[in-house]
Amino acid sequence: MQILVTGILLSGTYALIALGLTLQYGVARIMNIANGETLVAGCFIAFWLYVSFTINPILGLFVIAPLAFVLNWLIYEVALRPLVRRAKNRGQLEVDSILATFGLMFLLQGLMLLAFGGEYVNYQFLAERFMLFGSAYGLNRVVAFCAAVVIAGALYFFLYHTRQGTAVRAVAADPASANLVAIDVAKTSAMAFALGGALTACGGALLSTFYTFNAAMGIAFTMKALIIVIMGGVGDVRGAVLAALMLGVAETAVASLIDPGLTIAATYALFILVLLVRPQGLFGRRTT
Amino acid sequence: MSMPALSVRVARKTFGGLVAVNDVSFDVRQGELLGLIGPNGSGKTTLLNLISGALKPSGGEILLGGQPIGGLAAHHIAQKGVARTFQLVRVLPSLDAEQNVMAGAVFGHRRTWGAEARALARELLHRVGLGGREHVPVSAMTYIDQKRIELARALASDPRVLLLDEWLAGLNPTELQVGISLIDELRREGRTIIMVEHVMDAIRTLCDRCVVMSSGVKIAEGRVEDALSEPEVVRAYLGDEDA
Amino acid sequence: MSPLPFNLTQEELRAGAVGAALVIVAALLPVFDQAYYLALGVNIMLYAALCTAWTLFSGPTHYISLASAAFFGLGTYSVGLGIDHLPFPLLVLIGAGCGAVLAGIVGVATLRLSGVYFVIFTLGLAELVRQLVSWGQSKITTRMGLYVFTDFTEKHIFWMLLALTVLVFITGWLINRSRLGFAMQVIGNDETVARHVGIDTARAKIILFMISGAFIGIAGAICAPRYAYIQPNSAFNPTISFLVVIMALLGGTKRLWGPLVGVIPFTILMDFVTAKFPNHTSIVMGIAFLAIVYFIPNGVTGLIEQARTKLRSRMGAPAVKPGEVQP
Repeated sequence: MQILVTGILLSGTYALIALGLTLQYGVARIMNIANGETLVAGCFIAFWLYVSFTINPILGLFVIAPLAFVLNWLIYEVALRPLVRRAKNRGQLEVDSILATFGLMFLLQGLMLLAFGGEYVNYQFLAERFMLFGSAYGLNRVVAFCAAVVIAGALYFFLYHTRQGTAVRAVAADPASANLVAIDVAKTSAMAFALGGALTACGGALLSTFYTFNAAMGIAFTMKALIIVIMGGVGDVRGAVLAALMLGVAETAVASLIDPGLTIAATYALFILVLLVRPQGLFGRRTT
Repeated sequence: MSMPALSVRVARKTFGGLVAVNDVSFDVRQGELLGLIGPNGSGKTTLLNLISGALKPSGGEILLGGQPIGGLAAHHIAQKGVARTFQLVRVLPSLDAEQNVMAGAVFGHRRTWGAEARALARELLHRVGLGGREHVPVSAMTYIDQKRIELARALASDPRVLLLDEWLAGLNPTELQVGISLIDELRREGRTIIMVEHVMDAIRTLCDRCVVMSSGVKIAEGRVEDALSEPEVVRAYLGDEDA
Repeated sequence: MSPLPFNLTQEELRAGAVGAALVIVAALLPVFDQAYYLALGVNIMLYAALCTAWTLFSGPTHYISLASAAFFGLGTYSVGLGIDHLPFPLLVLIGAGCGAVLAGIVGVATLRLSGVYFVIFTLGLAELVRQLVSWGQSKITTRMGLYVFTDFTEKHIFWMLLALTVLVFITGWLINRSRLGFAMQVIGNDETVARHVGIDTARAKIILFMISGAFIGIAGAICAPRYAYIQPNSAFNPTISFLVVIMALLGGTKRLWGPLVGVIPFTILMDFVTAKFPNHTSIVMGIAFLAIVYFIPNGVTGLIEQARTKLRSRMGAPAVKPGEVQP
């Protein structure tokens, strides 16, 4: 039971990160390897706001999210749009964009190493016990989970109940047809990419309240996000949430039941298994 | 009666709920040129893809000289002796003409290599009217010349059955005459050919027999004039024209 | 250009002679310097072998493999685990075998994956192997690493890597003139056509990936004595995979010698950066990746070829016949 709850609490943050990536890959067609770096940046900014200005990380989200949105918008417009324009087909765009975002990943990682150093960082925020079903959990984890649920809920509402959200889903389904019904695909893609970055940064800010982080851990989280995205089906919001739950519980289970040293190995094993068995996602349909 | 070169037995292909090829059966005799015709979207190219292994049949059987080939991988089918051209011409752009044709000679039904493959490629380029242009990059060639390259590449493996998917489409009247006489030569040489074609003149001039398809179903088979005058065929074509 | 003639052309003879001369010059390096330049030379030779081996597969297929660190680490660990029991040359062969087997498994498993999935699969796989080795080592032994004591010094390692590089080049050249090489050319042009002319595209790719993996495994095995103390994090260091990709793409993957053009300057640059600005290595790698994507997608050799074509057309000289390569 405790494993299940811990896993679910963890999965809230995972879901946000994965939703960020699924928007970027599913809608904007950019496999953003630097997604993990956005997360780490979110962690550090939340930390900095809290330590220097005593701004509560939850309130910090209102700074971090718009900031990440604007920065990711810029990254898309400056760095990635030229690739979209020059690509002759989707395959070429994917390879180009994965190489470019690998570059961004190293660049951002290097800059953050310079700015914050390579040490592991954590800070005390709401480090109190919170009783749930008779067991104690960190209050910060519970709060982070609740905030993640609220944000994910807002995203769901946006995607399924607003005009712009519908446009985003249309582009995810088929950019060519979306174009035909007068959706500005370029603008929608940029918006989805920026929104994805904002979600991921929020995930990072929430993660930082209960997790020890450092400047070099981005890639591990990109991998986690990828696992969730692929498991849930690319561009599938509901699938991503379910897959995030599964990954959170699976990781916690391996760490507490088998061996904490195998947690990362288990993540990658799960990842490879998913790629091999169901590359179209657990809930997706095989397309021809 | 000798064994047919190729037999299609209740071949079927479905995409989701759509039945693209609906239990089609026919035989192709040795040395015969069979026309496969029908309105757009009637499943001709899909059927060709089933034979060449580009698609796996959902049901039925395809026999090459009595041996089942239905559902095998495309490269196995090619090695057993089925060669094809593509509806939208597909050449190998970074290679020159000779190498394009050699690609057909090296891995297919008759496997040659080195000087032998090169000599064969030159001979075939000459056959299709591209003698002396062995080292021209194919990306610089005209449409009909690229089609010639494709034909030479398909012939290079000395296939038991040759599939031509609208090989004559998109040619101007002069080119068409050249193309028709080229295929005619192959026929007289005794090649077994299935050609999917919209150019009716070519079908009438060249084909011994034809199979007519409409909406995935075979609606007629026989000598060309007979098949084309069958009421159902007329309806299929006129109905198509009316729409 | 044509892969087919069985007898050597003039141009091949010339290239062979130039290559042999370069190898002799390179082999003399340890005679002149045993310290800094030799260490740099070992690094250059190592990445020359790795990048050329990587390009054997990734050049014609355009598949970006990030599994190099896994093959390399397996080679290193073959030596690390067996050095007290088996002769070194045999361990090198075992390293090659491990690399080839892993590559074969990856190849069979990833047939259905393309592009971006192949990239992340290989990256994930390399990480999985590293994590498993770390974990296994911490469970079985109490130490974090393995000691490798041999009589090899830096210059021996240099010579072995040089020999390996030569071997990779010869293999690459032989592949290029074989059916397999021709098959890869066709696949690189149009995979559908390749299948329809009778090429087993999956088999061709797997064979090539296994050859490439085996060579990378050998490189790892040769480097084991250099580390002396082997740890999973150094043997399976993912940076190896990334540097291989950067240098190979920087040089260009269309020609066998393309990666060399990237390896030599970039190894020197990385060496300089690591020594002078150790905190900036990530930034340099990031900029290199971005530069490749935005400015030199075909590598430096691609740029040279482009410039040459432009120059030729400006001078109004007749186009070169394919089959001839301009000096």
